[in-house]
Amino acid sequence: MSAPAVVLRDISCTFPPSSRGSQPYTAVRDVSLTIADGEFVSVVGPTGCGKSTLLNVTAGLLTPSTGTVDIFGEKLSGLNRRAGYMFQAEALMPWRTAIQNVMAGLEMRGVEPVESRNRATEWLGRVGLRGRGDAYLHQLSGGMRKRVALAQILILEPQILLMDEPFGALDVQTRQLMENELLALWSANRKSVIFITHDLEEAISMSDRVVVMSAGPASRPIGEFSIDLPRPRDVAEIRLTPEFLKIHAAIWETMRDEVLKGYQQHERA
Amino acid sequence: MSARDTLPPLWRLNVYRLLLFVASMLSWHVLTQTKILPPFFFGEPLRVFGQIWKWFSSGSIYPHLAITLLETMLAFFGGTLLGLIAGLWLGLKPTASALLSPYLKALNSMPRLILAPIFAVWFGLGLWSKVALGISIVFFLVFFNVYHGVREVNPVVLANARMLGASKRQLLRMVYVPSAMTWVFASLHNAVGMAFVGAVIGEYLGSVKGIGYLILEAEGIFDINAVLGGVITLTMFAYGLDMIVTWAERRLLRWQPN
Repeated sequence: MSAPAVVLRDISCTFPPSSRGSQPYTAVRDVSLTIADGEFVSVVGPTGCGKSTLLNVTAGLLTPSTGTVDIFGEKLSGLNRRAGYMFQAEALMPWRTAIQNVMAGLEMRGVEPVESRNRATEWLGRVGLRGRGDAYLHQLSGGMRKRVALAQILILEPQILLMDEPFGALDVQTRQLMENELLALWSANRKSVIFITHDLEEAISMSDRVVVMSAGPASRPIGEFSIDLPRPRDVAEIRLTPEFLKIHAAIWETMRDEVLKGYQQHERA
Repeated sequence: MSARDTLPPLWRLNVYRLLLFVASMLSWHVLTQTKILPPFFFGEPLRVFGQIWKWFSSGSIYPHLAITLLETMLAFFGGTLLGLIAGLWLGLKPTASALLSPYLKALNSMPRLILAPIFAVWFGLGLWSKVALGISIVFFLVFFNVYHGVREVNPVVLANARMLGASKRQLLRMVYVPSAMTWVFASLHNAVGMAFVGAVIGEYLGSVKGIGYLILEAEGIFDINAVLGGVITLTMFAYGLDMIVTWAERRLLRWQPN
């Protein structure tokens, strides 16, 4: 049994007060979470519950106030070099064409331009963008840009995928298409995935396990659910099965109060 | 979109532009011929263009033009390069920029033209005092734009490049510089004009060559037509340089949606 891909141990993140007189803000408190090698885990929770904070900690972009991060048994310091991070917001370089964006990581690693171009072309094909490599980003739709972002990360073959509501801004049809494609790519070469979303249906339909976070501040996991639905899955069809609905009801039971709490806090702020 | 659709085609637009030019020249001509505007103060278009023609056909303007253009180019490229380097450097060093920011703001708010006599003392009355004056103006224009450009880099794009494995140097080359280019070009259009200002003002204040010198000389003998001829010649060249900047901008910022 190899070491788990990610072990978060007693992670707390407190941010200094943004202005004089305001209180320091604790985004997450005492979070412990283990992701096995090859496991697809979704983290769901109401808005502002520190989901992204956890992801940034795992990526090494943010140093937690307390607690440690182990990546495949090694203590993380600095950036997590084994992880690919798909951001919620647009993160591609707009001054580069699609293929230049996909090539970027290889270029940074000093791979021969000809070879990286070939591999990028292959990956563009794999995410369904064959022949669109020379387009600039503003010439591509939102869904296409997400595909470019996915190819940009997967071409580097990271062992861990960190995804922060990657498909949140897409329309429902494009979104389900992308979810299925991600699942297909993932099952071809199983990586560990931490998938952040506030969409419970998305979380259940894709994951092996769903972790529910409490409302912020100082949020922490309040429930974990194994999803024993068979794979391969179709994210649109699986939502109609009775098993899915049963799991959904069970998780929603745990989440409902937290969502209401989070909503009220949001209203007050 | 709709405003663009209703625009007349380019050839017709150019005809209108030409007509506008002819009409304004014609009214200038008529107003000064009928003495409604005294020709002594306002010049006469035919004489102005006659003067320009004489300068260029006899070739007497070329040494002056060459020196002014050289001063302008040196100031433009020198100031841009220095502004770029300083802007990138300070933009990436929060402590240094916090330390220097009040001084930079003070220097920038200082009317730079008052430095002309100092530069004349330091660098003499030749080429370099004008270049120094031009650089002192262009530098700050470009510097502040690059500085803002670097600080306004999209943090998500930056974090993404870091996660992809970019080294510090690669971040500079792949993220900071291209991101700042938009801001740089916005400042370069102003910088072209300002480089000319530095050169010509420098020449006014003491020189034996250059378009500024030519204008000053003509003013000394109340030859308003030659003054205006110099002004128009300078304007044409400044406009030409600005078109070159626009061309470079179109090529380098091709990635932007129009």
